[in-house]
Amino acid sequence: MDIHEYQAKELLAKFGVPIARGGLAYSPEQATYRANEIGGSVWVVKAQIHSGARGKAGGIKICRTDDEIWEAADSLLGKRLVTNQTGPQGKLVSRLYIEEGTNIAKEYYLSFIMDRGQERIVVVASSSGGMDIEEISEKQPDSILRVVVDPAVGMQGFQARELTFGLGIEPDLVNKFERTILGCYRAFRDLDATLLEINPLVVTGERSLIALDAKMSFDANALFRRPQISELRDKSQEDPRETYASDRGLSYVGLDGDIGCVVNGAGLAMATLDMIKLAGGEPANFLDIGGGASPERVQKSFRAVLKDSNVKALLVNVFAGINRCDWVAKGVVDAITELDIKLPVVVRLAGTNVEEGRKIISESGLSVINADSLRDAAEKAVAAARQSSAAA
Amino acid sequence: MAIFINENTPILIQGFTGRIGTFHAQEMIDYGTNVVGGVTPGKGGTTHLGRPVFNTVKGAVEETGAEASIVFVPPPFAADAIMEAADAGIKYCTCITDGIPAQDMIRVKRYMRRYKKENRMRLTGPNCAGTISPGRAMLGIMPGRIYMQGRVGIIGRSGTLGYEAASQLKALDIGVSTAVGIGGDPINGSSFKDILEEFEKDPETDAVLMIGEIGGPQEAEAGAFARDHMKKPVIAYIAGLSAPKGRTMGHAGAIVTSYGEAAEEKVAILKECGVTIAQTPGDMGTTVAEVLSRIKKVA
Repeated sequence: MDIHEYQAKELLAKFGVPIARGGLAYSPEQATYRANEIGGSVWVVKAQIHSGARGKAGGIKICRTDDEIWEAADSLLGKRLVTNQTGPQGKLVSRLYIEEGTNIAKEYYLSFIMDRGQERIVVVASSSGGMDIEEISEKQPDSILRVVVDPAVGMQGFQARELTFGLGIEPDLVNKFERTILGCYRAFRDLDATLLEINPLVVTGERSLIALDAKMSFDANALFRRPQISELRDKSQEDPRETYASDRGLSYVGLDGDIGCVVNGAGLAMATLDMIKLAGGEPANFLDIGGGASPERVQKSFRAVLKDSNVKALLVNVFAGINRCDWVAKGVVDAITELDIKLPVVVRLAGTNVEEGRKIISESGLSVINADSLRDAAEKAVAAARQSSAAA
Repeated sequence: MAIFINENTPILIQGFTGRIGTFHAQEMIDYGTNVVGGVTPGKGGTTHLGRPVFNTVKGAVEETGAEASIVFVPPPFAADAIMEAADAGIKYCTCITDGIPAQDMIRVKRYMRRYKKENRMRLTGPNCAGTISPGRAMLGIMPGRIYMQGRVGIIGRSGTLGYEAASQLKALDIGVSTAVGIGGDPINGSSFKDILEEFEKDPETDAVLMIGEIGGPQEAEAGAFARDHMKKPVIAYIAGLSAPKGRTMGHAGAIVTSYGEAAEEKVAILKECGVTIAQTPGDMGTTVAEVLSRIKKVA
């Protein structure tokens, strides 16, 4: 789960990480009010969206007067900001963070990741802050420092100092760096984060240290014990199709194609999308209905898939282990009848109670297209989607 | 032989008396698995499904001599249950639970390292369908009858995609020595490489089918192992060709964050290591059949 920059900063400040003074605004009027509250003569208006690379996309504006702040806020709010991470549809800007201007002397990079190879938390730092990490590893690979944290004892002071001295920090700032790095580590550990990135971490002209940008992501599996993180969810940053599905307990990812997919199991769902692509079609979504799906759950899944108006055909692929094909079949029949689905529906059933399942579908009298294998199902769905878009 | 479990392995069920534990325990018993008891804290001394229930894994191991366990404990308590099994001297544990926090798994793995390698429990999962040695024992939630007994090993992250593979093999009259689910989580008990190592040593396995997916470094690591240390052929399919970067595709671990984690990249790396690739998920069975007929000709 992702959160906004201002939310990450509020969390980090509680762990002793230094941040600039700032405030949240939902309107141009609030933006100028916040700037006056903060004081000073230079402010930064920052669009709050779940994406990095906001600066290059025009989402961060430096302002020197009330008018400039008002203009910047007015131009950003309500706009969909497109960065190299958002996809062409961009992300809606509905919140702004107004921050006091910082006199930057030097920029550093600092991040904490859950390293899957090491199976540990790994801290990455570089004296080439301001660029993204891919760019740093390309242009300044020697500047990258790494420290692996032993989960038995957690991050130690000497490890933070190793990074600090490795970055070439001067003596007057060593303590501040060490405290900041350890504070970030505690935030990462105590909040079940999966990513924490401060880029840049800045030394100012006044010799202080500031986390100028902050990005945090959290482990969805740990949200049950982090209610304060769950509360930070911002649905406006999600694909509305995904919000609808996730609010109903379905695992759904929206894609750009026209074949709606209802599958059980994440691996089989990914394989079904692959098969559609290889058969010359484009899937509209990933959807895992999960184990032990009831007819109601199948119907819910149909509703979620049909929220996408691009869908021209539906493909149901269920390999029943804990599931039962007769339940799935009943769900499919109910969904087609009750939702009055006119689009072609291809159904492939395998596993537990497959004969009963097929019987339910054939006895329903509905014009469902039956498929015997994964390949057969994908090919029939691609053909059906073509026909149905040609007819439309 | 098979690997990890056979008809004689005494098996314990952790989270025995819950709804899910009860259902699958019954299925395992019906399959002929040697289930010797279960653990539910607070219900020790009672009997469930005709087997004794214990308060602790240690108590259960002392009484029954259990060597393997399967964990159905809910996510907040699952890590604790795995560590309890490791401490009680269980040799093989598979964890079915989906939704364990990654930091809990980091702690579990660190904890297991306190035992010497020869006493260290082997963990598979979490978030997997379990392990089956067809015709002998089932330590999992899979539909047992789709697996035919035979000489091909299967390792997979996904449950249902593993079923798909087993049924494609069965349709071609190819059987399975053991099928091992390693799970869809980013931090898991055993990697593809760990299981390949076991299959390479198993005299009853001739070839291994590896079913990977996007995310993480384990498929590439397995490819290098197959190239450098294996005589038996490895066949692989990697799911997630159409997965967009940075999105989690159902499994917590199925997310592309860096180079080498996308499906095409993994396929390229595995090919270079001499692994035979099933081009589509519909070709897993036929690709294994081709490879088997090739090794038969050589022999």
